[in-house]
Amino acid sequence: MSHRTYFSNNKLAALLIAPQLLLIFVFFYWPASQAIYWAFTTQPPFGGGNEWVGLQNFKELFNDKVYWSSVFISIKFGFYSTSLSMILSFIMALCVDRQLSGYRLYRFAFFLPYAIAAPAVGLAFRFIFAPDAGFVSAINQYFPGLWNPAMNGSDALVLIVIANSWKMAAYNFIFMLAALQSIPRSVIEAAAMDGASFLRRSWDIQLPFLTPTFFFLLVINITESFVDSFGIVDITTGGGPARATDLMVYKIYTDGFKGLDYSMAAAQSILLMIVVISLTFVQFRFVERRVHYR
Amino acid sequence: MIERTPYLNILTHTVLIGLLIFSIFPIIIVFIASTHDLPTVSRVPMTLWPGNNLIENYSHVWNKSGFGPKMLNSLIVASLVTAGKIMISAITAFSVVYFNYRLRFFCFWLIFITLMLPLEVRIVPTYAVAADVLEPFRTILGWGGIVLKIPELNILNSYSGLVFPLVATATGTFLYRQFFLTIPDELTEAAKMDGAGALRFFWDVLLPLSRTNMAALSTIMFVYAWNQYLWPLLITTDPAYATATMQLQKIVPGPAFGQPPVWNEAMAATLMVMVPPLIVVILMQGAFVRGLIATEK
Amino acid sequence: MADIIITQLNKSYGPNPAVNDLNCEIKSQEFVVILGPSGCGKSTFLRMIAGLETITSGEIRIDNIVVNDLEPRERGCAMVFQNYALYPHMTVAENIGYALKVSGIKRDERLRRIADVAKIIGLEDFLERKPGQLSGGQRQRVAMGRAIIREPKLFLFDEPLSNLDAKLRVQMRIEIRKLHNRLKATSIFVTHDQIEAMTLADRMIVMNKGRIEQIGTPENIYREPASKFVAGFVGSPPMNLLGATVIDRTTLSVGDQHISILPHQLQTGSPVTLGVRPEHVVLDNSTKNNVFMVDFIEDMGAVRLLHGKLGEQDFVVQSLSGTAPQLGFSPVNIAPHKIHLFDAATGLRINI
Repeated sequence: MSHRTYFSNNKLAALLIAPQLLLIFVFFYWPASQAIYWAFTTQPPFGGGNEWVGLQNFKELFNDKVYWSSVFISIKFGFYSTSLSMILSFIMALCVDRQLSGYRLYRFAFFLPYAIAAPAVGLAFRFIFAPDAGFVSAINQYFPGLWNPAMNGSDALVLIVIANSWKMAAYNFIFMLAALQSIPRSVIEAAAMDGASFLRRSWDIQLPFLTPTFFFLLVINITESFVDSFGIVDITTGGGPARATDLMVYKIYTDGFKGLDYSMAAAQSILLMIVVISLTFVQFRFVERRVHYR
Repeated sequence: MIERTPYLNILTHTVLIGLLIFSIFPIIIVFIASTHDLPTVSRVPMTLWPGNNLIENYSHVWNKSGFGPKMLNSLIVASLVTAGKIMISAITAFSVVYFNYRLRFFCFWLIFITLMLPLEVRIVPTYAVAADVLEPFRTILGWGGIVLKIPELNILNSYSGLVFPLVATATGTFLYRQFFLTIPDELTEAAKMDGAGALRFFWDVLLPLSRTNMAALSTIMFVYAWNQYLWPLLITTDPAYATATMQLQKIVPGPAFGQPPVWNEAMAATLMVMVPPLIVVILMQGAFVRGLIATEK
Repeated sequence: MADIIITQLNKSYGPNPAVNDLNCEIKSQEFVVILGPSGCGKSTFLRMIAGLETITSGEIRIDNIVVNDLEPRERGCAMVFQNYALYPHMTVAENIGYALKVSGIKRDERLRRIADVAKIIGLEDFLERKPGQLSGGQRQRVAMGRAIIREPKLFLFDEPLSNLDAKLRVQMRIEIRKLHNRLKATSIFVTHDQIEAMTLADRMIVMNKGRIEQIGTPENIYREPASKFVAGFVGSPPMNLLGATVIDRTTLSVGDQHISILPHQLQTGSPVTLGVRPEHVVLDNSTKNNVFMVDFIEDMGAVRLLHGKLGEQDFVVQSLSGTAPQLGFSPVNIAPHKIHLFDAATGLRINI
């Protein structure tokens, strides 16, 4: 605990922090508590106050096959896109870290996808992977009907996984590169003197240094895949075909805004919130501790 | 370190080029697709050479979708969010770091927790609040038995509605706090000895030293705000307030895959939406990367 | 300038006392050095005078005004920090003039005063540079300039020379003292370096573990240290401190050695700490009184330090380079009036 010098004017301090507190109260805590309230009540169809129904909404959800299907799809999506983007970004970071000629260009280029909006990413990939335009469907000329994300659920899932990984790889890349570059060069040189080749060093020396970052990114990626995926899904598949890409966050949107079923949307939101909070909690508990104690 | 590993170097270069193509390819495709006419674009696979219809496509999209005002809206929203975030986060972090009051850590945790739940997860109730911003206060006063006639304040279809919920998270505050903690105590003490009070210190010493920080935060916030999709979609039904990014949804007609979009125009629109954040990132590359890492840690 | 009166000053961090029952008086235009090892509370003491630390109990008066509750600015003190604490984004001129800017002094007057101070500290050509472009010594002078411009009642120095290399340190301490004389200031200087303390101070306050061990002139403290701690801390090489036992009114024993001392009132058989400075022990072939076993010799150029044992306890003797000592047994003569006695339990000086 380092000694800090303070100013004594606490009234000023209150004044300074008030705007932010006000904002987060109105736009974060109140909506969050509203969501909790709605999740435990139902709205009568013809107006009037909400009725407390306890866990009924949740029970309904747990019995709903469609809901579980969307949970399952979200998990699949999260798993695949996280794995793909982590592996890609790790390779990117390793290669760029070698600082061969031109590495600055690569570093610059690998990072760009992050700046692109999710729907733009979605639209671009939708084009490339479209069943009747773009590039991938060229395969259909040789193997007719092989690739059709409009009809085939798994193809659609592949499409959004690739789109999401593309964007997330850029984000992960930056963190992995930073982590790699924070490894003291002397340690790597010592390993080289001991006779370790590049691949050996990557496995034995660099990977362990990266573990905190890996873990951190893992959690961030999974969280993002639950949450940020909305933009991509809405633009590419709209949750289809036949709900094959109906991720949890997308379902909340369709149920709440298109279906106007606020209670169910709220209940789903709560569950999603719990998932996200647990993941973030896990990250801060386990990752931060390890990062600090290095 | 110099190692003579020619095979590995070649392999690395190959991999790098491969990944480079992977990273850049979609962006380039979007550009090329936007330069062709519809028949050329619809050919599978699409040619990799740029076409001649660049200006025609862009002006068509620009006019048909009214892209002009929408880009302007995006610019206004992104700028307001950035400016707002920079200012509010700075003073909040200042309060949390340089003063010592009992509720300090509690307030900090309150703010910190907002990092855990992105907007998308609480979209429905946040919309409800935006529809009637003073409702929380009315309700709370109602619990206390006070029935004040507080009017309905609707910020749907307005810049306030687009901007405020985005400014309400902790990203900037966290970043500034981490930075402020690295400023040596002695500097504050010297300023105190020189007679500076809190605000004086903040303005004369703290803010000038935070310049890189602010540049990084600006970049992050600008890109984040420009790229917002779901929120503007919900909150604006009046086209006068539509943003460029949300406009992409309109470019895609009907239910997904029911009817293919007019690809060359769709790509033109995509490119227009992509370009401004890319420019900002390219310009601020250094500061952005440093800031991003500091935010998350 | 200012008189400072400290009465029963105490400071605790929660249950942990940092500074205990300090009492002293500092006269106007004095240069007082607070000397002590790390963690003894000297910086805390200084910072309480400055107003950067709160006071748990006791009183600080500057010019007869109780300043306990006053903000630093209001006390009329200026401080030079160990790490200089210059504003990195401001030029040298802006750094020096900041206090004036804060108090609302107009630009013209400010620039004039900055120019005056720049001349005093010798940095007229560096006014437009930023701290990052200056050397350690130059930064130190800017820090002093920042203090000088305020024409304060009191100058406070918090180990300002610790971050400079040895040669610069010697140079800067002379400059600081000269400045003090020239400005007729009152200064309080904190350091752990006893040579700095000895050369700079009009009077010294020696502190240890939160308490004042002794206040006095350097000569005073060197000749008559008030406690075992002060005796061992001030002086280089440090005073030899040996555990001894009383034999009779004029003799102590250290191991198998009998040492003659001036007549005293101590009880026979009681333990006592004997102190003698290395330079007060004379190599004397003619005497058979005390024998010293040399096992290591340090040649310092002008003098030699002979390390060894006297009666099985570590002992150091300083001799001029002319003589040619060897390893092994060496007869020494310890003049009785050069011996200091300290209570074995409390460490306090026993006056004979």
